[in-house]
Amino acid sequence: MKFKGRAWKFGDNVDTDVIIPGKYLRTTDLRSLGEHAMEGLDAGFKPAPGDIIVAGKNFGCGSSREQAPMALKYAGISCVVARSFARIFFRNAINVGLPIVEANICDAVESGDVVEVDLDNGIVKAGGREYESTRLPEFLQDILKAGGLVAYRRGVR
Amino acid sequence: MGTISEEILGRAAGKKACAGEFVIARVDYAMSHDGTSVLAVKALKEMGVDKVWDPSRIIIPLDHLVPANNETTALLHKELREWAFSHGIVHFYDVGEGICHQVMAEKGFAMPGKVVVGADSHSCTYGAFGAFGTGVGATDMAEIYASGKLWFRVPETIKVTIDGGLPKGVTAKDVALHVIKHVKADGAAYKALEFYGSTISEMSMAGRMTLCNMAIEMGAKAGIVPPDARTEAYLEGRAVEPYAPVYANDASYCDEYHFDSRISPLVACPFEVDNVHDVEEVEGRHIDQVLIGSCTNGRFEDLREAARILDGRKVKCRTLVIPASRGVMLEAISSGVAATLLKAGATICNPGCGPCLGGHMGVLAQGEACMSTTNRNFRGRMGKGAEVYLGSPLTAAATAIEGKIADPRRYL
Repeated sequence: MKFKGRAWKFGDNVDTDVIIPGKYLRTTDLRSLGEHAMEGLDAGFKPAPGDIIVAGKNFGCGSSREQAPMALKYAGISCVVARSFARIFFRNAINVGLPIVEANICDAVESGDVVEVDLDNGIVKAGGREYESTRLPEFLQDILKAGGLVAYRRGVR
Repeated sequence: MGTISEEILGRAAGKKACAGEFVIARVDYAMSHDGTSVLAVKALKEMGVDKVWDPSRIIIPLDHLVPANNETTALLHKELREWAFSHGIVHFYDVGEGICHQVMAEKGFAMPGKVVVGADSHSCTYGAFGAFGTGVGATDMAEIYASGKLWFRVPETIKVTIDGGLPKGVTAKDVALHVIKHVKADGAAYKALEFYGSTISEMSMAGRMTLCNMAIEMGAKAGIVPPDARTEAYLEGRAVEPYAPVYANDASYCDEYHFDSRISPLVACPFEVDNVHDVEEVEGRHIDQVLIGSCTNGRFEDLREAARILDGRKVKCRTLVIPASRGVMLEAISSGVAATLLKAGATICNPGCGPCLGGHMGVLAQGEACMSTTNRNFRGRMGKGAEVYLGSPLTAAATAIEGKIADPRRYL
């Protein structure tokens, strides 16, 4: 899986409450989550389809709410590149089919820069440089490629 | 041969489990609340699974938005009730029973040596009972509903030792904040914590729950206290099935911390849980609302501590007390604690999560500040543009009297 898009840069410890505030969780229209993504941190967050989030350490800390990666996915984000992820967000992102990559590119990127991610080979390109990222184990890559755990499970049954 | 997490996950996976490895482990009990069950049920349906693995091992308490705050929530609750009934879910707890983690403890599902997974980040609370308790999202929960199993990366473990008696006015919450202050918000990411030392062995089960509850605030996958006689006494007549305690055995730890219990009452200031200060440093800051409750500090012991300070005094700002369960509320009533709190001017709400997650019942207005016994002070969590300070029930009660952050030691 390969992605190329413009960066939206955030700092360390971006928590699930700012990714999608608690008051939006009770909805049967999951696509509407995308309209409120990152609302708690940046009211002007309006990504173009394919844009990439770049962040520091511990991205997605806090709640187990799966609506957090879902909101980013429905907002049009193709991939999140962070120095590190919170554990539950990491699982949830894979389960809902939001590609995530651990790479330390935050200092080299400004919002608006073009970032390229090669998930299969664990390479991220930003600011004219290549960075190595932690490669996901194959079975997690397979879940992502299927579009998430639900689709993967339907496929393997 | 390993840490408690390695031993428990190894037992549940039927093979040796070493830190860093991926294993598929059997789950003993699975919990999801009103907030996450809805999505889990949806994912299960989309997976094409029409039967759950074991309806007696799935626990569903309604706690996040209870009673329903609007028609959407009411409808989601209704659908969940109907689903639980049609799937024969044995342990369904409706509005008013209590917060999921408290219910899991009180009803005896959190036991030594068990793998207990919850669709809620604070499921690490079950480590207070020597269980491997961890939080996952809704789709992972659907996978457990379907198969009774889940993949885990076996975590490395940080050993935390705390020795000494707690000074006057210092509680398990302060110990938790002290550990977070040093380990940091991401210091235990992907890892487990094991707690040792005389401070822990002297700590009540309620206190251990407070401590393990906040393991996730360091990013931890689990926070575990080795089970002892106190654990057994709590589970006597309560555990839903036999259990076999698991202990670390010639384990290797990735990191170790040693703490002294001689600490001040602590406060975590907005907007990060590791932004921890001695209460002396932040005393006097204006507070609009005090909240005593939540899965962190809504137990009877917490209410009793708050009542100690509020007895015969009056609160100066609006003060919400939310018992963690019906059982806690009953105890507060029968002991007179509830009357003490009401006489002081507090409002006692029904058991549940209350405004902790910003959804319901006591949400803050823009520009307001809350002193709360909950576990998170993230930006906007209890209301857009509002601030949350975290402290112990003692600190919260003292703050309620002054309407500004106050040192509880003055009132003891």
